[in-house]
Order: sequence, then structure tokens, then C-alpha cells
Amino acid sequence: MDFNFTEEQLMIQSAAKDFAQRELLEGVTERDDKAIFPAEQIKKLAELGFLGMMVDPKYDGGGMDAVSYVLAMEEISKIDSAAAVVMSVNNSLVCWGLETYGTEAQKEKFLKPLARGEKIGAYLLSEPEAGSDATSQRTTAEDKGDYYLLNGTKNWITNANCASTYLVIAQTNPEKKHKGINVLIVDKNSPGISLGPHENKMGMRSSDTHSVMFTDVKVPKENRIGEDGFGFTFAMKTLEGGRIGIASQALGIASGAFERAVKYSKERKAFGTEISNHQVIAFKLADMAVKIENARNLCLKAAWLKDQHLPYGTASAMAKKYAADIAMEVTTEAVQIHGGYGYVKEYHVERLMREAKLTQIYEGTSEIQNIIISRAVLKD
Amino acid sequence: MIKILVCISNVPDTTTKIKFANSNKTLDSVGTQWIINPWDELALTRAIELKEAAPAFVQSVTVAHVGMIDAEPTIRKALAMGADDAIRVNAIANDSYSVAMQLAEVIKNNSFDIILCGIESSDYNNSTVGGMLSEILEIPSVSSVSSITIENDKVQLKREIDGGFETISVASPFVAIAQKGIAKEPRIPSMRGIMTARTKTLQVVEGVQADALVEYVEFELPVAKSSCKKVDAENVKELINLLHNEAKVI
Repeated sequence: MDFNFTEEQLMIQSAAKDFAQRELLEGVTERDDKAIFPAEQIKKLAELGFLGMMVDPKYDGGGMDAVSYVLAMEEISKIDSAAAVVMSVNNSLVCWGLETYGTEAQKEKFLKPLARGEKIGAYLLSEPEAGSDATSQRTTAEDKGDYYLLNGTKNWITNANCASTYLVIAQTNPEKKHKGINVLIVDKNSPGISLGPHENKMGMRSSDTHSVMFTDVKVPKENRIGEDGFGFTFAMKTLEGGRIGIASQALGIASGAFERAVKYSKERKAFGTEISNHQVIAFKLADMAVKIENARNLCLKAAWLKDQHLPYGTASAMAKKYAADIAMEVTTEAVQIHGGYGYVKEYHVERLMREAKLTQIYEGTSEIQNIIISRAVLKD
Repeated sequence: MIKILVCISNVPDTTTKIKFANSNKTLDSVGTQWIINPWDELALTRAIELKEAAPAFVQSVTVAHVGMIDAEPTIRKALAMGADDAIRVNAIANDSYSVAMQLAEVIKNNSFDIILCGIESSDYNNSTVGGMLSEILEIPSVSSVSSITIENDKVQLKREIDGGFETISVASPFVAIAQKGIAKEPRIPSMRGIMTARTKTLQVVEGVQADALVEYVEFELPVAKSSCKKVDAENVKELINLLHNEAKVI
């Protein structure tokens, strides 16, 4: 067993940390407040190769492992989760899905610009009435011979506006239920696509979230990923890896709040001494540290399994559930340690607390993770 | 075509809590994170920018370091940032003179047109290696360089002088000692840079005999800052008393 990181992994961690401090920290509160998408920052993140960091270099990616991805996601998420979620969706859902299941022609045409960061991808699964229950897809992809005709609405779509390439999950054969679902690569500029307004969210307000409406959108047959009816399996497989990204994001939110709480507790004085000298605060910090360390180990374990090409679906569900749940606890405590200052925007921890809540909801709620984990535990 | 050499030091991260060992004669490096000296990192960034801007004129950017194998992660970061190759002189960096002697040997055995050094290292702050290097090699040195540009295959250096700047060109080879302004901010290595760093050449050469001229007798930490004292707005007399008798500034 080896807990040491490689030189490359440490270099990536340090590059992500430097980038977050230098490019993301300034203006993060204002971007969140006014729901401004960090377009310029994402462009720079893309130029450094973070948006396609795990893609094979032969498809213009960074060729890094999932462990490096966890380290980078944590550092970016400590400062700006809205930027981190662009990275997570592009890497784990869109690029990984295309690289693993796409044809060579699809990889050449769609994956390469995504891996280079020239284009951004979005993953369209959730619907107004199909979130956790992903089998109930109402969006239809009617087979018209050489093309599919796409109709329906997708909800809560991250990167909906900034993305150029959509991966859309839609029902082709309703009688076959989830085995009738397909996944299609859709150009966002296709006629018949319209976006709803930017969602006015509680947290991650600067992330680019919209609903997307499809009205008679023609999608060429060659844009289907995998065999007919592969869409549901595709969704489940990509989400397994997506969970590592969001778990690492939750980890970063927690550790970011923790670092701020430690710093504040060493500066703020009460009853004649720094509040870190009061056991009530010191013990809170100890509990937070243990939770963060556990979450980090779960994230790294899931990533390590993925890197070893071993099954990682249960491990990533554990990481996602635990990291998201402790992110909520840790950020709430970080606000508490800051007292009144924690409740104002200047100290960042209230934003981190709002961001933490979303990690318990998106890419599979904590309850859905429990279903996945319990099924694995109860399996004979 | 020109070749650029950037001399880099391996220094404790600027946020490191400094402690000493061996009766305060050496740094206690347990748990220390090591980084490229920030001034050298800026100089390297500028060298890489020059190569990118004028690839037909700048043939290569090499980094050189005097130190043991534990400095290799720092050297590889320089390669990840975009240096083409690296040379590590396998010798302990005892003092500025010994470092300059080792680097001079590297330069004698290769041909470089521009030798870039950061104005000082953030650990010992001696600001002497660049000057010594030019003296040992008997080549020009330009101090306080805040800008290097290449126009029509001509290298121009801008340096800070009293109350302003001067722009000069110097016969190569020369040593340029880079200060604030040389590059906007240090380059962050890209994924591609990190991936290719391991495939780039990191040549290790044995050091020459170069005894240190300096013996470090003792290091000590600066006096800890005393805590802030608040004086009531009405109590000007007390404020003046403290400034006069305690802070001794008036």
C-alpha cells in the first residue's frame, strides 16, 4: 500500500492550486452574487488542459489519471465550485463517455476539440419529471431512418449555454423501457434547440444552468453512441465516474471551508485568547479534519480503482455520498466558527455552505447513492 | 539562433515556517515544501515566452541547478513549465561562490548566449550569484533587468536606473540579472507540459572542486511582531507616550 503521490500528481495539484489562487479567487464572491459565468477563467483553465485532463493524448487530452483529477478538483473547488463543475462535467461525463464508447470518427470530430478545451460539453439526462428516476425519460429520439428526431425538455443542465456539444439521453423505443433509451451527440447550434432562463440558484450561482428544449431537432444517425438502446447503460456508466468528480468537488468545498475556519480561529480572540485555544472550537476543528480526511481517502480510493481498471461504481457512490454529506456538515461548522462574520459574504464560508448543499443533490442525490451502496452491500 | 540558460535555485516555499537545526547553523528541512526561487521562475517564464514569440531566433531554453537529487522535482517543474532541457550539477550549494563556480563550469562546457539569473534567492537573499558568474566567465552582466525583448533578431534589455529606465543591448554571451517586471507572473505548467516533462533530458554532471568562502556561524529568526495595542480615541496623550517610549518612532 502506498499513500505517496507521484511527482506528476503533486505537480498537477500545485498547478490547480496556483490557478485557483491566481485566477479564480478574485471576483468569486461577485460572480456568485450576480450569477456571472466565469467565462474568461474557464478559457484559461481550458488552455492549461484541465478540461480534458484524463483524455488519452492521442485524442489531444492530458493523459492524466483519476487520482490527479481528484487532487485538481479539490484545489479548484476550494475556491470556485462553479468553475470546478465545468471541469467535472466536461472531464468525467462528456469526454470520458465519448472516449470509452464513441467510434473513432466521433472521437476525431467531437472528443478532440473537447479534450483540447476549445469546446465545452454538456450532459443532458435530467428532465422536469425524471431526475433520480432516470428510466422515465420523456424526451424522445424518434428513429427516422438516417436521423433521429429529438423532442422534449431537459432540466438543470450544467454548461447548457457555454457548451457546444451536448450528449442527450432520450427514449427511442418506449415499449422497451430503459432498454429503448439512446444517447446522441447533438450540436448545440442545431435548429430547434432553445434554452430556458439562467436558473436563479441558491449556490453555485455563477455556474451556467438552464433547461433545454428540443423541438423537432434532427440528429444524424452517426451521432448515436453505441448500439441502439445503449443510452441507459451509457448514463449509468458515465455517472459512476461523474461521482468521483462531484465527490472531489464536495471534498474541496469542505477543505476550503476548513482552511478558512482554521485561519480565522487563530486570529479571532475571545475571552482573552485566540478562539482556537478554546476546546469547543479546537474539537470542532478536529472533527472536521477527520471527516475531510475520510472523504479524501474515499475519493482517492475510487479514483485509484478506476485507474487500475477495477470496478469502482460502489466506491464512487460511497465517496460521493460521504463527501457531499460531510461538506454540508463541515461548511455549516465553518460558518459557526466564524460567528457573525461567517454569515456575511466577505468571509466566503456562507457561499461554500450554499455550494455544499448542491453536492448532496446533483449527479445522484445522497439517497440515490444509498440505493447504489445498499444494493452492493446486500448482493449475495 | 540563440540559446538561453536560466539558473534556478531550489528554495523553501515562501509560506514555510522556518526552523533551524545543528545549533542554528542549518535549515531544518523536515516537512519543507520546495519550490523554484520565485525570481528565477519569473526569469524562466520570460525565457519561455521569448522562445514562443521568436521560435526561429531562440533555439532552446535550458535550466541549470546546483544541488542534489532531492531537487529534481523542482527541476522537472521547470521542464513542465516549458524549458527544453535541464542540467543538474551534482554538488551541494554551499554558498554563492561555490554555486557560481559550478554554474560557470556548465556554461564553459556548453554554449549559451543569454544567461538569466533571478535577482536574488528567497532563502539567503545574497543577490551575488549572477555578478560572480559574469566575473568568473569574464563576460558582461546586466543588473536589475526588468524587461527582455527581441526585435529583428536583436535582444534588448531594459533596466531600472535612478528615477527611470534605460534600454541597452549587450554583446553576447552575457548574464542578465532579472528583477520585478521581467514577466507578469510565473507560468503555471499545463497538463501537456507536466506530461512531457519526464521525457525531456535532465542531465546530471558532477561538480568541480569549488570550496565555499562563507561559513554560516548562526541563523536566527526575526523578533516576533508584538501584538497590536489599541488606544482609546480620546487618549492622545497615551498614544504619544507609547509611540515615544515603547515603539520609539517619535
